[in-house]
Amino acid sequence: MGFLDIKNVTKSYGAVKVLHTVDISVEEGEFLVLVGPSGCGKSTLLNMIAGLESISGGEIAIKDRVVNGVHPSKRNIAMVFQSYALYPNMTVGQNITFGLEMHGTPKPERDRALADVAKLLQIDHLIDRKPGQLSGGQRQRVAMGRALVRDPDVFLFDEPLSNLDAKLRVDMRTEIKKLHHKLKRTIVYVTHDQIEAMTLSTRIAVMNKGYVQQLGTPKEIYDSPANLFVATFMGSPAMNIIPAKLAVDQGRAWAEITDAAGKPLRLGFSSGNYTAWDGRDILLGIRPEAITDPEGADRNSHNVQPLHNMVTVTEPAGADTFVTMTLSGKDVIARMRADADVHAHQAFDFAVNMEKAVAFDPKTGDRIQV
Amino acid sequence: MSVATQDTAVSTGRITRTFIYLILLLFALFYLLPLYVMGINSVKPLSEITGGNMMSLPNEWTLDPWRSAWSTAQIGVQATGLKPYFLTSILMVVPAVAISTILGAINGYILTKWRFKGDTIIFGLMLFSCFIPFQIVLIPMARVLGMLGLAGSVPGLILVHVVYGLGFSTLYFRNYYAAFPTELVRAAQIDGAGFFRIFWRIMLPVSGPIAVVCVIWQFTNIWNDFLFGASFGGTTQPMTVALNNLVQSSTGVKEYNVHFAAAILAAIPTLIVYIVAGRYFVRGLMAGSVKG
Repeated sequence: MGFLDIKNVTKSYGAVKVLHTVDISVEEGEFLVLVGPSGCGKSTLLNMIAGLESISGGEIAIKDRVVNGVHPSKRNIAMVFQSYALYPNMTVGQNITFGLEMHGTPKPERDRALADVAKLLQIDHLIDRKPGQLSGGQRQRVAMGRALVRDPDVFLFDEPLSNLDAKLRVDMRTEIKKLHHKLKRTIVYVTHDQIEAMTLSTRIAVMNKGYVQQLGTPKEIYDSPANLFVATFMGSPAMNIIPAKLAVDQGRAWAEITDAAGKPLRLGFSSGNYTAWDGRDILLGIRPEAITDPEGADRNSHNVQPLHNMVTVTEPAGADTFVTMTLSGKDVIARMRADADVHAHQAFDFAVNMEKAVAFDPKTGDRIQV
Repeated sequence: MSVATQDTAVSTGRITRTFIYLILLLFALFYLLPLYVMGINSVKPLSEITGGNMMSLPNEWTLDPWRSAWSTAQIGVQATGLKPYFLTSILMVVPAVAISTILGAINGYILTKWRFKGDTIIFGLMLFSCFIPFQIVLIPMARVLGMLGLAGSVPGLILVHVVYGLGFSTLYFRNYYAAFPTELVRAAQIDGAGFFRIFWRIMLPVSGPIAVVCVIWQFTNIWNDFLFGASFGGTTQPMTVALNNLVQSSTGVKEYNVHFAAAILAAIPTLIVYIVAGRYFVRGLMAGSVKG
């Protein structure tokens, strides 16, 4: 029994099923991020927790109390909306305390709560302004203030940063993380931005087409993606997926691929019993940062293997240089140090950290568990 | 303002400019002419009008025609002036406008923020009422008013105008609220506000512009309505009917000066509504509620 239990929850609109049996148990103080492309059902799930959408099947419980059919205001939740949804006719102060007023909190108490929250979010000087007179970042803070002042059991965030410009978004992301550290409250956060998901969460639920593809810590999701969707959705640039043939030789599993010239070469997996897959096609997954120049290779890795190949393109991006090559007929991106001595149309000696490599079943798209 | 637009604006020379203003002035005068004629003839003795000097200023200024139109002119069989009818019109217009606007606002609120199965069909049917000619409903309406016991009374007229006005007021508010972010309503729900509280505290305060449009429209239509007033007014007839009775009477001397004064009196309330309410046509009340 968690703090917030989502048990076998489904959602359908008529015959269309938009959410298939979601089962997540959130502990108190956890920061759960629902991440996925648009239309994956993440916002629907959030709205169902909030009570803004009905639950077609299963149940949602907050603090062991089933809240199916309970009015949003009686679930002891607070929500921050993508558009902030500030009441345009009210001042910042009235916006923040509106919920308390509706719940019949006396004025002196409201004022005290407002002062606390305004101080916490550093918006004390804005209390008497109208939302129209605020900048995007300030509105964002007010929207958070409105949620914080209620002191709810669960905070729900619906893509709260997507309307901010790039720099402010990074700042507010850090702010939200700090707030979570300070207040240690339970948060469910919806985003389509995998970086937000990785940086903020204690656990991530990756969703696609109404299914939870994988539920796990950011590290689990990143290093051991459950399937091709999770592997390619999380991480930027995306994980390289290379068609390969698996061969077991001298007690070790090898992924046989071809280089840019079509010459066969092979990369050995670190461990695992792949005998069932001997001679079969697989998809080899390698993150861009696992392919480097030999000097830049991870020194703690026990399985760094050389790879000699032609470089197609180099893209210096300041902190890193992205290098594109061809393996098994596919473009493969490597992430190098900025000062790596690599040039387009020249052969280069790459180092591949095979400890981080994963293999997928080409038929199902699931990761091969060994 | 960018430099480019300034260039094109300034390049019209002084002569062209003078010419433009002259034409504008001419048109303004032309449009003001009827008001001028009505105005000056309503403060002349009748003899000066019948003498054939419609356009000239009065030799003898008098407010008697106004007094007569207001309180002593012969309307139908009684010499009451327009006063009682004016009062009837006010008693009819104010509640009819208020009720149809408020109901329209609630309808718009429900049709956009509390969607239900078949809501678009219901809205379509309500819209339909905007296109039904008044004449068609006269007989059924008379039956309904008779059954309700409201025939020939002010409440009956109010009912008729509310029913007819609902289509338009719902249309106005529905379209206005359709652009109103639904997230605000959801936020208010989570904050614990109920159906009417959301309407009262969140929706209405930002409905100023559309409420003004709706009030102007309804007021003008209801005040100027003649057909329903003549058909269902009974003994409590509105201003328009009285004006007609005054002007169209075929016996006795035609007191043109009184007629002019009466016509102005009948037009004054709508003019006032335009002048006063027009000031509240303020845009940008929605600024800042959502991103932007």
